[in-house]
Amino acid sequence: MATFQFELVSPERLLFSAEAEQVVVPGTEGDFGVLANHAPVMSTIRPGVLSVETGSERKEYVLLGGFAEVSPERLTVLAEKAYERDAVDKDDLAQQVQNAREDVADAKDDETRAKAQEQLDQLEQLQALV
Amino acid sequence: MASLKDLRNRIASVKATQKITKAMQMVAAAKLRRAQEAAEAARPYAERMDSVLANLARALGDMTGAPRLLAGTGKTDNHLLVVCTAERGLCGGFNSSIARLAREHADELKRNGKSVQILCVGRKGADQLKRTHGGDIIDVVDFRAVRQIGFDNAQSVAERLLTMFEGEEFDVCTLFFSRFKSVIAQIPTAQQIIPAEVGGDTEGNNNGGAVYEYEPEEDAILADLLPRNIAVQIFRALLENAASEQGARMSAMDNATRNAGEMIDKLTLSYNRQRQAQITKELIEIISGAEAL
Repeated sequence: MATFQFELVSPERLLFSAEAEQVVVPGTEGDFGVLANHAPVMSTIRPGVLSVETGSERKEYVLLGGFAEVSPERLTVLAEKAYERDAVDKDDLAQQVQNAREDVADAKDDETRAKAQEQLDQLEQLQALV
Repeated sequence: MASLKDLRNRIASVKATQKITKAMQMVAAAKLRRAQEAAEAARPYAERMDSVLANLARALGDMTGAPRLLAGTGKTDNHLLVVCTAERGLCGGFNSSIARLAREHADELKRNGKSVQILCVGRKGADQLKRTHGGDIIDVVDFRAVRQIGFDNAQSVAERLLTMFEGEEFDVCTLFFSRFKSVIAQIPTAQQIIPAEVGGDTEGNNNGGAVYEYEPEEDAILADLLPRNIAVQIFRALLENAASEQGARMSAMDNATRNAGEMIDKLTLSYNRQRQAQITKELIEIISGAEAL
């Protein structure tokens, strides 16, 4: 199967950089799968699970927001925070949920409240998942 | 003339100092390696961020509808200088050279009739700027308790800048830090972060002019990305600074150790001369005493 270059970077380090066959990215407007020769897309990322399939193995990462850039030969994910699936910092996640709750409570108008609520829902979903 | 005992004491004290500077040099060398690794690990993210932003800015075309973080407020009257320095001294000219660059910049702006505010990240820079620009310093961010600079630290500074920007407290924000070139060369640098300077040199990254799909819309992505870029730039500056600081300290302490060595040699020489002179004097006294009998 055709492969493409996949890079997952967080501000602190490079988490993954290798050839991959398929990557499923949790986009803000829905998950999307990336295969080789994908059309160029730029998308923001919601808190969620990203899964990578290389020929031999399958890896999962938990992302807390970020940004993905897809081009036919490569996929770059700039994650705000990223953990390997089994090394998630649960305390940090709980803290994020707490912050999001406060944001919802503090929101001054409907628009920001809706946004904060969305963020909170996504985080809670993620928390339930891990 | 110092007595033998005084000389002995001085030699002992310089030796103790030399031991300290030697230890500091070795600690700095170990820390430098870690700081350098951290700076290098952060580089890919910042680079990708730059190229993505450049792509977006190009897709946006003219700046009329662009967010204010990219296009600016249309004025350049109020400047904010973010001066990043170390929390500790004893690292040669590291803090002074950053402070000097910031000071010159601030004076230049003032001559042109602009208003200047200074936000110090790191205590040492604040100490130095306090004398000449004490009135302009709005606050000092203290990272003394932080062992390894994390992205969270940068983000807290960035959030603060963004709130101030939204409150229209400044129009232009410039970041001062020291770029790490090598152990012996650190270059004090000024970098404008608001409005963002988008690199034009990204020809290799535009995928031959391919048209991107945006999800959500361009401006929504840009609105999300620009504030994050501020945090990334600050993070990069802090990491570069951390590496520079250790590099500067290492070479400063290396110098100090060498100087202490020279001083010990000189003191030992004069100690030995004096000791010999005293022995000779005592001998002469004994001999002339014996002759007198």
